[in-house]
Amino acid sequence: MAATSETIRQVQDIGERYKFGFVTDIESEMAPKGLNEDIVRFISAKKGDPDWLLEWRLKAFRLWQTMPEPEWAKVEFPEIDYQDAYYYSAPKMKDRPKSLDEVDPELLRTYEKLGIPLKEQEMLAGVAVDAVFDSVSVATTFKKKLEEVGVIFCSITEAIAEHPELVRKYLGSVVPYSDNKHATLNSAVFTDGSFVYVPKGVRCPMELSTYFRINAENTGQFERTLIIADEGSYVSYLEGCTAPMRDENQLHAAVVELVALDDAEIKYSTVQNWYPGDENGVGGIYNFVTKRGACRGRNSKISWTQVETGSAITWKYPSCVLQGDNSVGEFYSIAITNNRQQADTGTKMIHIGKNTRSRIISKGISAGKADQTYRGLVRMSNRASGARNYTQCDSLLIGDECGAHTVPYIESKNAAAQVEHEATTSRISEDQLFYCRQRGIDPEAAVALVVNGFCREVLQQLPMEFAVEAQKLVGISLEGSVG
Amino acid sequence: MSETSQQSLGTEAFAAQFQARRETLPGSGLGWLGALREAGIAALAERGLPTPRVEDWKYTNLRPLETLALTAARPDAPAPSLDLVPSLLATTDHPRLVFLNGFLRPDLSRLADLPEGVELAGLADLIAKQPDWLQSELSDDGKFETTALTALNTALMEDGAVLRIARGAVVERPIELVFLGAAEAQPLSIQPRNLIALGEASQATVIEVHAGLGEGVTVSNSVSDVHLAPGARLTHVKLQDESHRSYHLASLRARLERDSTYEGFGLSLGAALSRNEARVRLEGSGGHCLLGGGYLMRDKQHCDNTTVIEHLAPHTSCREVFKGALDDKARGVFQGKIVVHRDAQHIDGHQLSKALLLSDDAEMDAKPELEIYADDVKCSHGATAGEIDHDALFYLRCRGIPEAKARSLLIQAFLAEAVEEAAPEALREALNARIIAWLAAKPQGAN
Amino acid sequence: MLEIKNLHATVDGKPILQGIDLEIAAGEVHAIMGPNGSGKSTLAYVLTGREGYEVTEGQVLYKGQDLLEMEPEARAAEGVFLAFQYPIEIPGVANTTFLKEALNAVRRHRGESELDAMEFMKLLREKTKELGIAGDMLKRPVNVGFSGGEKKRNEVLQMAVLNPTLAVLDETDSGLDIDALKTVADGVNALRNAERSMLVITHYQRLLDYIVPDRVHVLARGKILRSGGKELALELEQKGYADFTQAA
Repeated sequence: MAATSETIRQVQDIGERYKFGFVTDIESEMAPKGLNEDIVRFISAKKGDPDWLLEWRLKAFRLWQTMPEPEWAKVEFPEIDYQDAYYYSAPKMKDRPKSLDEVDPELLRTYEKLGIPLKEQEMLAGVAVDAVFDSVSVATTFKKKLEEVGVIFCSITEAIAEHPELVRKYLGSVVPYSDNKHATLNSAVFTDGSFVYVPKGVRCPMELSTYFRINAENTGQFERTLIIADEGSYVSYLEGCTAPMRDENQLHAAVVELVALDDAEIKYSTVQNWYPGDENGVGGIYNFVTKRGACRGRNSKISWTQVETGSAITWKYPSCVLQGDNSVGEFYSIAITNNRQQADTGTKMIHIGKNTRSRIISKGISAGKADQTYRGLVRMSNRASGARNYTQCDSLLIGDECGAHTVPYIESKNAAAQVEHEATTSRISEDQLFYCRQRGIDPEAAVALVVNGFCREVLQQLPMEFAVEAQKLVGISLEGSVG
Repeated sequence: MSETSQQSLGTEAFAAQFQARRETLPGSGLGWLGALREAGIAALAERGLPTPRVEDWKYTNLRPLETLALTAARPDAPAPSLDLVPSLLATTDHPRLVFLNGFLRPDLSRLADLPEGVELAGLADLIAKQPDWLQSELSDDGKFETTALTALNTALMEDGAVLRIARGAVVERPIELVFLGAAEAQPLSIQPRNLIALGEASQATVIEVHAGLGEGVTVSNSVSDVHLAPGARLTHVKLQDESHRSYHLASLRARLERDSTYEGFGLSLGAALSRNEARVRLEGSGGHCLLGGGYLMRDKQHCDNTTVIEHLAPHTSCREVFKGALDDKARGVFQGKIVVHRDAQHIDGHQLSKALLLSDDAEMDAKPELEIYADDVKCSHGATAGEIDHDALFYLRCRGIPEAKARSLLIQAFLAEAVEEAAPEALREALNARIIAWLAAKPQGAN
Repeated sequence: MLEIKNLHATVDGKPILQGIDLEIAAGEVHAIMGPNGSGKSTLAYVLTGREGYEVTEGQVLYKGQDLLEMEPEARAAEGVFLAFQYPIEIPGVANTTFLKEALNAVRRHRGESELDAMEFMKLLREKTKELGIAGDMLKRPVNVGFSGGEKKRNEVLQMAVLNPTLAVLDETDSGLDIDALKTVADGVNALRNAERSMLVITHYQRLLDYIVPDRVHVLARGKILRSGGKELALELEQKGYADFTQAA
């Protein structure tokens, strides 16, 4: 089984090659350690919340205290000590910088090292970035250019101050504060995140992107993203995440809400590369994220694409509530777990409107001693006549100490709805590896090639700028773009 | 906490039944059996009857049981006439045990002239005779998870079928087990316990028929333990056609040693609520398990097929195929889990669930699961739910077949696939005849 | 070029090759013929280093080096090419991606510079044109959904691009109709030259009408029982393998 051990090494290398593990030495302002109502008020005051928002946070916090930890996911970890963390950490700045020139050069250097230069002239043309560092947004690029077409792209803090009517109308309308323990915690203590509003009929002229970075020690990151695509609009949004290598586990409990009105389309892509912990499972991020999109309007469409390679534990189910007739939900996912990583991820497609359609393509790769679960729900309500779902979930196992599990829930209450689910689990084929090696390709590259092929359907969904990063993450050379 | 978030239902009624009858249950003088029953009632009290809050029972609700004033069935029900005993077989010379409300009726059974190598008897008789192997066969060896329903059965079991096939015996004639339910005004609780053990390299076919006489309510909570020695082969077919007010809860626990094969097929037509729960352990290499099922439900019937197949040894395989049609407000549930344990390499496992929804109020819930801890595996599952293929329907109508007839034909063909694949050839015609009869009972096309 | 000395090999502990001796000089084309189960494919896999084929005795020298010591990809980089009897499908990986990956791996090994996308596409277009292969085959995933003929032509295309010095063709004729066989044989013949040796493995003489060998060997019961010129193939066609399959 020489090829198999090579394979394991290859995939382990991916884990060892965590390039984003450095720490930025920057002075931070922090809230006192621990979590109580005073901390919630402290955060609220720091953010300059209006009263209604403080009340909302407190309502969430009080509920959160009564909620048990969700236990249904197939992940194991010691009980989280919520009092042993900081809930607010911000790089010290006098005021929020008005332009990039005022941003601390140390922060700019950090993002450069991460491959996300924030100086507009150096950027990949056509991508606007909101950079979130620990608890706050430090910079948003291309704002002017976007304003010209009426697109609002800013930190959620800014949005609360400048577009309170929009925030108040939609915040919590897709993921209510009472949704689940992690989302409720987020509602109480969220510190920043991105806000996007695309007005009627506007096709957003560039990719929007948020880059999340956890830097400070013992700090949780709780960002909240809200994207609204008004009638007939289109936006493509990308999100990337990294964190330093630390021996402790850090909690990341984000909430993302998407709203698509009539004929609108939102494409949301994630390349999640939080620090996964070391090969013995020490350290790493707990990535407990609630992402949900509401296709409120007729003919609207929401598409989630995710490449999940990081985090010690991933607990994440980007979902679509297909309310509008003829609306479309899509979920394309690649999840790679290695060493001691655990991932329980999947999606929910809730078909409510007539002729709604959904498509789920999930590719899971499990190696080392990792455990991975696809968990998904497809529900056809009795109104959803003519609805269709197609689900394909494939798992690839590398090595004999890992696990791959598939747990789909399929609920149909409508005779005129069709649900189709297929899943396979297999190991990487020795025949394929030998064929590649006979052509001169070394085992590592052969694995990368075969895995790339396995993931291709999903990689194709990513916007070009991220596809590159994602392919590297999957351990694939860029030379594959020919043809 | 709201009522729906409750984890379990009360079991006081069963506890009271146990207290009242502990001295009169079969084998009450046997210390080991008494201890077994005590452990069962304790395990039941600890667990409670499951509610949909429990993951394994997410789609099936036992709450209606709480409203029934159940009494334990007694062996004194008047015997029905012999020609009322239903059968899936045309022959009249095969061995047969008939149970009425869970109690063996020798007068209706055929126990004489058993084929060579076949031991067939009622459990209550055996408890009285106390053969030395009985204790170990009835005792819980911890290999299967104790569920509330199996614990309840252990506490209150009275009778059932015990079949043992000697090593090397190849039994050609099928062995039929008929379970009749006949309740009057009082809803009856019945706890059948069956044991089927095949010796090395033996072969047998077992047919179970469950039927209701009249429209009374019976709640049957059966446990069937199957043990296949190396190289044994069991074909196990079950027809469930109980009264539409009854509850049919059946737990099957099968252990397969190396190179043995279990082929099971169940056709569910009756009961208000039925749950067929099969747990299969493939303990030795070369074992193979085939589980098939068909269900046809209408009105407010509910049918749940739940399976857990565990691959514990290398080179084992399984195949599952379940198909059903749901009309009116009927609800179908399929929960299938294939578990491949660490070190169980070279595994082949495939699972398929397909449902036809014939009405806008019908519902299908499926949860096909793979849980895999070994890498040299080929496992897959597929699940679909939807309506009759419109193109096929149109095609048949264009050829002059009236709509109702065309729909019947397509439903029949849909179910036939499962029958063809999973039921033994000799019984396919009889099973298909039941499917056709079900379809004939209500003209198709009203929807 | 290639020297096989007293080669013994087992598969799952079962002896398959039982003392093969064979020498192929540069530029020569040798054919190995034999009945089913004689060990023809085993020889091909032993030469290319497939797992599960264990050499128990003997030696294989390739350009004076011990071939059996090398990893499969090193053998490929040194110029050993196997045209598979059943080419493997690799879903999701485009034929071009695969070939470029392979060619650059081989070039790196040889100390040559890697080709960039433009150079590679130019080379590929040249070769596909020479071999009369349709361009759309390049964009499709490796062998996925290819017809039998397309798979075999794809093997020949890979051979043309990778430019080996020893090509082993394992039953390249199997499953092909006469037209497809001619196309594939034409492709192979175009690649014959004074530096390149070939080992053509086949059950039928038919292929050898189109790829005319310098030497023909009969492999049966794990040994080469007879060797001769191309006329030996015709003799086998008439008489069959009966003489060789009966126990000695």
